[in-house]
Amino acid sequence: MRADGGIRSPYAEMARFLEATGQAALDQKRREAEVLFRRIGVTFAVYTEGGDPERLIPFDVIPRILSRAEWDRLASGLEQRVRALNAFLADVYGPQEIIRAGRIPAELIRGNEGFLPQMVGFTPPGGVYTVISGIDLVRTGPDEFYVLEDNCRTPSGVSYMLENREAMMRLFPEAFTRHSIAPVSHYPEELLETLKSLAPAGCSGPPTVVVLTPGAYNSAYYEHSFLADEMGVELVEGADLFVRDKIVYMRTTAGPRRVDVIYRRIDDDYLDPEAFRPDSALGVPGLMAAYKAGNVALANAPGAGIADDKAVYPYVPEMVRFYLKEEPLLSNVPTFMCERDVDRDYVLSNLDKLVVKLARGSGGYGMLVGPHATQEQRDDFAARIRARPGDYIAQPTLALSTVPTLCESGVGPRHVDLRPFILFGRSIRMVPGGLTRVALREGSLVVNSSQGGGTKDTWVLDEAAPPAGSSQSQSQSQSRAAAEPPPGPPANDPAGGGS
Amino acid sequence: MLSRTADSLFWLGRYSERAGNVARGLGATLRMALLAHPVSRADSEWRALIIATGCEPGFRALVGETSQPGLQDEAVRWLTLDPANPSGIAACVEAARRNGRTVRTALTVDMWEAINDTWIEFRRLDSSAIRGDRLPGFLDWVRSRTLLFNGAAADTMLRDDAWRFCHLGTILERADNTARLLDVRHGAFAPDAAADAACYAQWQAVLRSVSALRAFQHVYHARLDPARVAELLILRPELPRSLLACYRRVESTLDVIAAANGGQRGECHRMAGAMHARLRYGRIESILEGGLHDFLTGIIDQNIALGQEIAQMYLSGRQM
Repeated sequence: MRADGGIRSPYAEMARFLEATGQAALDQKRREAEVLFRRIGVTFAVYTEGGDPERLIPFDVIPRILSRAEWDRLASGLEQRVRALNAFLADVYGPQEIIRAGRIPAELIRGNEGFLPQMVGFTPPGGVYTVISGIDLVRTGPDEFYVLEDNCRTPSGVSYMLENREAMMRLFPEAFTRHSIAPVSHYPEELLETLKSLAPAGCSGPPTVVVLTPGAYNSAYYEHSFLADEMGVELVEGADLFVRDKIVYMRTTAGPRRVDVIYRRIDDDYLDPEAFRPDSALGVPGLMAAYKAGNVALANAPGAGIADDKAVYPYVPEMVRFYLKEEPLLSNVPTFMCERDVDRDYVLSNLDKLVVKLARGSGGYGMLVGPHATQEQRDDFAARIRARPGDYIAQPTLALSTVPTLCESGVGPRHVDLRPFILFGRSIRMVPGGLTRVALREGSLVVNSSQGGGTKDTWVLDEAAPPAGSSQSQSQSQSRAAAEPPPGPPANDPAGGGS
Repeated sequence: MLSRTADSLFWLGRYSERAGNVARGLGATLRMALLAHPVSRADSEWRALIIATGCEPGFRALVGETSQPGLQDEAVRWLTLDPANPSGIAACVEAARRNGRTVRTALTVDMWEAINDTWIEFRRLDSSAIRGDRLPGFLDWVRSRTLLFNGAAADTMLRDDAWRFCHLGTILERADNTARLLDVRHGAFAPDAAADAACYAQWQAVLRSVSALRAFQHVYHARLDPARVAELLILRPELPRSLLACYRRVESTLDVIAAANGGQRGECHRMAGAMHARLRYGRIESILEGGLHDFLTGIIDQNIALGQEIAQMYLSGRQM
């Protein structure tokens, strides 16, 4: 739904469908969906709460819809952005021209914990750093999308994209015959092809690809096992691998077997106790040496996190201009860096209009949504910003669009974001759509699964739906939307195993 | 296959089987305790079972040495719902699922659902589930969950290494269990044991615990006698839970695993072959003469050693 309350045309038929189906049937479908997800074991571990450690992420049975034309525009913007982020990484670990050109401050890179000195002067296989990235978008108007953040480390959520689609096809087979919905189920194949394309030059025969997980207690473990299964490759933990003579092997029942490509879902710090944190039990001693000898590919490259740092984010449009000599197709949300005196003064006197985030926060913790906060909370944040300005950034609230969502009281508008997944090997590949996350609490802007967010299936309709007739549900939704409080940008997960 | 995956499958098979076996042992003891008078005899039934399941030290720490009122309730709780008992049903269900979850992709959906549904159901139980009249139903449920898991594995798994390691765990555990169930009541098989009603009940309990009371009649067409009962459980190939039947499958499964993993053989193959041969050509008279208890504890010890050799060869991830 648009911020002005109208319904975009791709939703017109959905509106009719919802009206015809009725609340009781939708509730029934929702219960069926829950049984389905519980049975196949799609769960997400939540660290901070008591009770069931393996919780389901709420799934909304009403899909989020994009037209093919909308998606195509987004896809061009995403490809452009990912190319720029990679060019930036190659530069920042190489000649650092963007710093010398004065387009990015040197101290932003030098003092940044996302910057890995071990990667300086090394070119990863294929020259690609962000083999898998997830770019979080929000929509504010018919043709207006903003990038909330880039995830260049280990973006998660793609398994929900795939399982949501499976569930929808099972729950609403009719809808799939009426609409021409772009398929997403080939994602694992595309991922495997992308990973194989990075195999070291010395690899003879079909490359051996593995998924490296921190283990069954990681919150995204389900996704790790799901992707390994779908690709038909081994899911390994650090202890399953060892390095001898700078070659990586996995321990199998038939003895050691050489590994060529590792899709790693553990953070840089834990990859190799010899190169990074010596106390890490999750990693593989000697892995970085093997990597730098060119004997194994890692996806994503260690050190890629410098590109998705919240303090680097404001400079991404500049990267597009600098490296690609193009104008950015996707906009950034204007961002105030509390470190700068001018920005900080503005932030402190406009806290009631801004969203304040930790520059390196995760999972929607430690943030202030100004318009919804109490004076006390705002005062508290003002003090924190004054104490450690470098830790905080702030962004204006956006007039976010909403999409119809099944709630306790019926179908109502809820805020969403979108995380498309971009694969970068020899070429850039995407499946249409991505993961839609929805803030299930009315008026809420926080879509994180750890903060009461849910997910939806995302449909890219290959052709325009038949023209909409006027319908009762339109005007109902309109009045609902008008009563809403002014929205701000949703919070979202940063990269990392916990997202 | 990854060594860790093989390890998890092996222990998934073992723990799932063990949960059912503890329920079998409990069912038999419950029956004996109902028949036994005075209470002290009933208490010794429970203590014997606890020793047989290998969790005696923890139980002693819990209730002390002496007979006391409520010992049966404590024993039942210790073997069923107490997560502190590593050999209890609760810990087995938890460990089976934990192992299953780490190798979720190597399992079929039916196997996963068998494990996961058991785990979900188990978490809902409270102490009323094992009280009085509900206990036999609970034990039947646990047994049926193990049977469902075994059926799901047998009917839906590809016959590859995933199946072989899971199956190997199941039958190795089963051999261990049959030896232990028989060993609990070895006194009733001693040459000087009185062939009275109490002994008769013991033989019956042993047969019942391996679902073989009817099978005895089909094989022997005779009254129960200790030598025949022991022979059925140790040496008869027809009984799927006999030691011979288990070791026949342990040996053949290990042979197939060796062939599928580069043909290399190790100490585990030699040991499995030797144990199978000893059972295949063994005679019940000489086993009983040498003492059933010694024979069975020997089997249990060798079974543990065999498990260690299997781990060494396949599950621990040797680097060469």
